[in-house]
Amino acid sequence: MLTAFLVFFPLAAALLLHFAKGAAARALALGASFLELAVAVFAAIAYARNGPSGFDLNLSWIPSAGINFHLGIDGLSLCLVLLTATLVPIILATAFRHEEYENPGAFYALVLFMQTGLLGVFTSLDAFVFYFFWEVALIPIYFLAGAWSRSERRIPITFKFFLYTIIGSLFMLAGFVYLYLQTGPGAGSLAAHSSDIQAFYAAGKQLGASEQSWVFWLIFAAFAVKMPIFPFHTWQPDTYTESPAPATMLLSGIMLKMGIYGCLRWLLPVVPLGVSQWQQLVMVLAIIGIIYGAIIAIRQRDMKRLIAYSSLSHVGLMIAGVFSLKAIGLQGAVVQMLAHGVNVVGMFLVADAIERRTGTRDLADLGGLTRRTPLLSVCFLVMLLSTVALPLTGGFVGEFLLLAGVYEFNMWAGAVAGLTIIFSAVYLLRMYQRAMLGPDSAYSDTITDLNGKELFMFVPLIALVFWLGLFPGTFLHLSEPAISQILTLVGR
Amino acid sequence: MLPIVLLSVFGIVNLFLGFLRSNRVLLPFALVVLALVFGLNLLDWNHAGSLPGLFDSPYVAQMLTVNNYSVAFSGIVLLTALVLLPFSRSYVAAGEPNLAEYYSLLLFSLVGAIMMVSYNHLIMLFVGIEILSISMYCLAGSDKRNVRSNEAALKYFLQGAFATGILLFGIALVYGATGSFQLDGLAAGIANPANASLQPMLYVGVLMMVIGIGFKVSAAPFHFWTPDVYEGTPTFFTAFMSTVVKTAGFAAFLKLLVVALPGTSAVWLPTIIAMCVLTLLLGNVGAAVQTSAKRMLAYSSVSHAGYLLLGLVAGRGQLSGPAAQGIFFYSLAYSIATVAAFGVLKLVSAQRQREDYAGLAGLARTNPLLAFVMTVAMLSLGGIPLTGGFFGKFFIFTAVAGQGYIWLVVFAVLMSMVGIYYYLRPVIAMYLRPAEPGNDAPIVVDGFQSATLVLLAVLTLVLGILPGFLSGLL
Repeated sequence: MLTAFLVFFPLAAALLLHFAKGAAARALALGASFLELAVAVFAAIAYARNGPSGFDLNLSWIPSAGINFHLGIDGLSLCLVLLTATLVPIILATAFRHEEYENPGAFYALVLFMQTGLLGVFTSLDAFVFYFFWEVALIPIYFLAGAWSRSERRIPITFKFFLYTIIGSLFMLAGFVYLYLQTGPGAGSLAAHSSDIQAFYAAGKQLGASEQSWVFWLIFAAFAVKMPIFPFHTWQPDTYTESPAPATMLLSGIMLKMGIYGCLRWLLPVVPLGVSQWQQLVMVLAIIGIIYGAIIAIRQRDMKRLIAYSSLSHVGLMIAGVFSLKAIGLQGAVVQMLAHGVNVVGMFLVADAIERRTGTRDLADLGGLTRRTPLLSVCFLVMLLSTVALPLTGGFVGEFLLLAGVYEFNMWAGAVAGLTIIFSAVYLLRMYQRAMLGPDSAYSDTITDLNGKELFMFVPLIALVFWLGLFPGTFLHLSEPAISQILTLVGR
Repeated sequence: MLPIVLLSVFGIVNLFLGFLRSNRVLLPFALVVLALVFGLNLLDWNHAGSLPGLFDSPYVAQMLTVNNYSVAFSGIVLLTALVLLPFSRSYVAAGEPNLAEYYSLLLFSLVGAIMMVSYNHLIMLFVGIEILSISMYCLAGSDKRNVRSNEAALKYFLQGAFATGILLFGIALVYGATGSFQLDGLAAGIANPANASLQPMLYVGVLMMVIGIGFKVSAAPFHFWTPDVYEGTPTFFTAFMSTVVKTAGFAAFLKLLVVALPGTSAVWLPTIIAMCVLTLLLGNVGAAVQTSAKRMLAYSSVSHAGYLLLGLVAGRGQLSGPAAQGIFFYSLAYSIATVAAFGVLKLVSAQRQREDYAGLAGLARTNPLLAFVMTVAMLSLGGIPLTGGFFGKFFIFTAVAGQGYIWLVVFAVLMSMVGIYYYLRPVIAMYLRPAEPGNDAPIVVDGFQSATLVLLAVLTLVLGILPGFLSGLL
């Protein structure tokens, strides 16, 4: 029941938003997202007390094809549910700051609609339900990124984004259909088949190594585009840069985690032999992504673009951690998913705050802002240092565990992947120096500091950065059983 | 059986209503008739042949059979016509003098469509196809003063008549080889070893029938008439053509192949597979390069014929199974989405005088409802989840993959990626591009049409969210 509420309440609120205007729409959207957060926290407490048993929801959906509407929450899902529920109010609040959006009620409604899609992805335990929500999450973000963007190139950019992701997803669908036909007795009627996650695990296990090898790529195509992993990333920098700030936050903070979550839940345990065949290649691609993203980030002038490439680099490390197939690497990926979600949303929030004040994101035009903006500088610095993975911050815990996992897999891989920390220090500190310090610019004397509402948006992010940095055990403890179960299925 | 009788009778009554000075009564009358017939049709569900009297007599029963299969497909056809009719309001408003004839022809064509889905005798198949086609030839040319419309009618009629001849020739050859017009008699005749010496004749006949029906459902390489005819025909009738004709055609096709001709699958299966591949390729690639939304929809209707042909590939054994289910669900989702798309296009093009993507620009700002309905329709035609079109494709693809044709499904998936490319273009135009200056007044839509559009969008979403209601019917 709680699961169904968590997934569908934002959708209901989004539908209600249709009837609200102006301030009422804001109040409704924000209220709904806070209620959602409260329920998510309540669910976490209930989970800690009673375990995952109470969260299973299994309804008959398409009986003639043996497909059930199966949702459930375990520790891994719960981490991402909490992340989503925490970030959505902040993303909505960012949207409130933009008075210039036309038809703002529709914008808030789409954000909430997106939340339903995301939560559905993180909780579904049936392959076709998973695919369903996977695509449902794409529709609102396409409109959020396209219809409210003021970029002149918004049409080709969002078009490319949509086509890339949907083509990847269609490959995944083909893989799922293939696996689905391997389940059950397989005679005549579709009703005898099943697309439940357990049936998929069993069906995948029966396949030979060569079949698993290509089913792996069918499924991985969707995740590879969504995360994105080099060389499937070409949609990402443009889309992140040209989308409105809230859409960029949704894309980078939460949607990207769909890919990593998908790997953990729907790839590793389903085709373990396929994974071990391609593990090395994916590892190499991930490490190329780390270095490539970092090197390009160093040369960026546009703040949003810089953060986009930095995100590409950090995601590479998460992928490498996942494909190390070591418990510590997978655990690191979970913590880093949360930390990266908080960090990247914080970074884009900073970029948005500066852009709204100065009208530019170009580092060449900025400089010397810190004098009149002490609060903004502090927030910027905290987010930045967490992204750089300074100890005491969430980024440190995540990246440390990830690197330990990669190191266990291969010493040299670990060494090269470790460069990410050095690189990110280079490009992020350069960004800070160009924007906040340095010689005065046209805006140094006129810029205003964060107001109370904006500060209030940063407070939870900063709190989470330190919580993740100081007490990562809260989340490691939650995800540990799920991760060890996945690794058992993979056979490690 | 009652639907056929009532549609014929009311079709004639409707002709007489044309003598009235006002044509205001025509649309309500046609709507009531269709709603009544739709309801009566559903009463036959699970009551095959239970109406006593004349209709159960062997003479009738050997010609037409009413069973769940025919009821289901008649239901789609009647529902499509019912939800399409409100968009003919502009004819009422414009005082179109021949409106009564149009409505009568529509009702008659539905008689043909219902015969096509419930035939049990090849003559009935032929008569059904002809009733439907001849009505359509007339309606394609209904915009008499427009050269394009005349061209469409002539083109459709000449090529259609030719295809009909081929179909009839095929029926004759098949009859010669088996000695029967009845579907079960045909199957028995094909299986009978005494007819083995006539196999070449049988095979040629089967191929000719496949070609004849393939033309009617616009399967490649017999699709060349489609874009021109669809573009020239008044949009209201294009919508009718691309939904009702296709649904009835495929229901008839599946019945023919599965019930009467399973013994000759060695001939028709490779043919259908080749047609399917070609149709998917030409339909999707053709649609991708269009700049006119109406022409894109014409090519997309060719591509949908390809997906439905894919369903035929899986059709083995009986009329209740994954293939019939898939084709039923697909036809329903496709018909609803197509009516919505053409409905919006008709309203927009009537006011803005253009049928290309630029005519749709800025619609999200001026008419959010129209833009939303069009988007839902496009997503459904593109097969994106949350809409009925996704599950239509899903059921057909799983049925075909279940028969072992993985490569064919992979090809169809690749083609539906192309489909997403062109279905997104109207959405981009509506939401991301500003309207042309001077041509950006809100489209005038009356409440009845708005309500119909909302109903169509809701139906599409319901099919996409709760497909379980309808997926297990057949």
